[in-house]
Amino acid sequence: MKYKAIVIGTSAGGVEALKIVLKDIEPTIELPIIIVIHIKERTDGFSKIYEGLNRLTIKEAEDKEDIKNGVIYFAPSNYHLSIEDDYTFSLSVEEKVNYSRPSIDILFESAAEVYTDNLLGIILTGANSDGALGLEKIKKLGGECIVQDPKEAYFDIMPRSALKYISTCKLMSLNSINRYIKKLGGNNCE
Amino acid sequence: MNEKELLEIENIELQLLIEAIYLKYGYDFKNYTKSHLKRRILRRVKLDNLKTITQLTEKMLYDREVLKQILLDLSINVTEMFRFPKFFKDLREDVIPLLKTYPSINIWHAGCSTGEEVISMAILLKEEGLLNRVNIYATDINKKVLDIAKEGIYSIEDVKKWTKNYQEAGGKKSFSDYYVAKYDHAIFDQDLLKNVTFLEHNLVIDKSFIDANLVICRNVLIYFNKELQNQVLELFEESLIPGGMIGIGSKENLKFTSVNEKFESITATTKIYKKKIGC
Repeated sequence: MKYKAIVIGTSAGGVEALKIVLKDIEPTIELPIIIVIHIKERTDGFSKIYEGLNRLTIKEAEDKEDIKNGVIYFAPSNYHLSIEDDYTFSLSVEEKVNYSRPSIDILFESAAEVYTDNLLGIILTGANSDGALGLEKIKKLGGECIVQDPKEAYFDIMPRSALKYISTCKLMSLNSINRYIKKLGGNNCE
Repeated sequence: MNEKELLEIENIELQLLIEAIYLKYGYDFKNYTKSHLKRRILRRVKLDNLKTITQLTEKMLYDREVLKQILLDLSINVTEMFRFPKFFKDLREDVIPLLKTYPSINIWHAGCSTGEEVISMAILLKEEGLLNRVNIYATDINKKVLDIAKEGIYSIEDVKKWTKNYQEAGGKKSFSDYYVAKYDHAIFDQDLLKNVTFLEHNLVIDKSFIDANLVICRNVLIYFNKELQNQVLELFEESLIPGGMIGIGSKENLKFTSVNEKFESITATTKIYKKKIGC
């Protein structure tokens, strides 16, 4: 399968988990990585948290911005992030979904519709069930799913909720997810 | 039928619904962002226990009440007083001094929803001694939300949350000076709304109607595609006097829009711009 995008959703425990998942990814990776993490608004921004982790550009997704390969995008705090048919982002301040804004489901569902079978969806540690329906949609439209092994996850509710909805997916440790993504660099045919 | 075919059909149904709303009632949602439209419409389909968007289209065509519900669904009415307090702090520090130089002032709140920002603005103007010189035009596409805005009555639970915003925005008094608590509601001082005119106005099809010193339109543009964003920003630009100002949402931007050259930024971190003189 040739992926055109990776979407990642995580909540409690996610800041640290992402440090492992995103480590040393090379800019040759020919796809965007788009992330929703539920954390309180911070003034220093996501790029500061992950500074020096890899050589990719790390930024907050902006409304109507073109999605570029080799860039890691984070949903801004307090906005839902979705993907449009013309490969741009859009933001929304509508009601919280699963008590969350940004919501992983909203990102995953919109990404699934645009990238269909060229999408990889990843669910990591978290203490609520956001992302489960989104991951199911990715799977339904032919995309691939990875769920962090609940046995290893700092909070296993989010991975376990996701597993309830999908019949088959890859169950991996954070280190294996990292290796899997790195292998996609350059020639990302699985 | 496989999932991709179903997705394709769903997208066709969505387009047909949007077209039907336009043909029957004249509301034009063609240039709203698609993910937003689709999410809101599918939510309505589910809430009304329908199977498809087509079923909603049929109901909407024969029943105007269904259209009204769809209009409410499509405009996001999630708002609060002094939301993003830094914005109001910047208004106080950077915008009010400029407004004070005019003998009379017109402010346009576009997409005012249930009125929380209008009251916030009125409080700010009152504290700065400007309220009597200002006409506020508060507009929205929805009559229903305007009716709520006119009342100025909100849940006391919300008001408690907004008190913190007010303080962070540099409020000079106690927030409770502006409302009377009754049961579980807070009734805001109607005096704040005495110079406010509430109007139904559709940013997509209606024209400019005032010479504004300040336009406030936060978190509305994000629901429009680039083309419609430009069209609406041009409407604001046309409505503003030279030197007039516009405040938009913290994640919205004039950069990459058709009016970018005509404005200059006047605050460092919030999105408040001034229309250049001579434009």
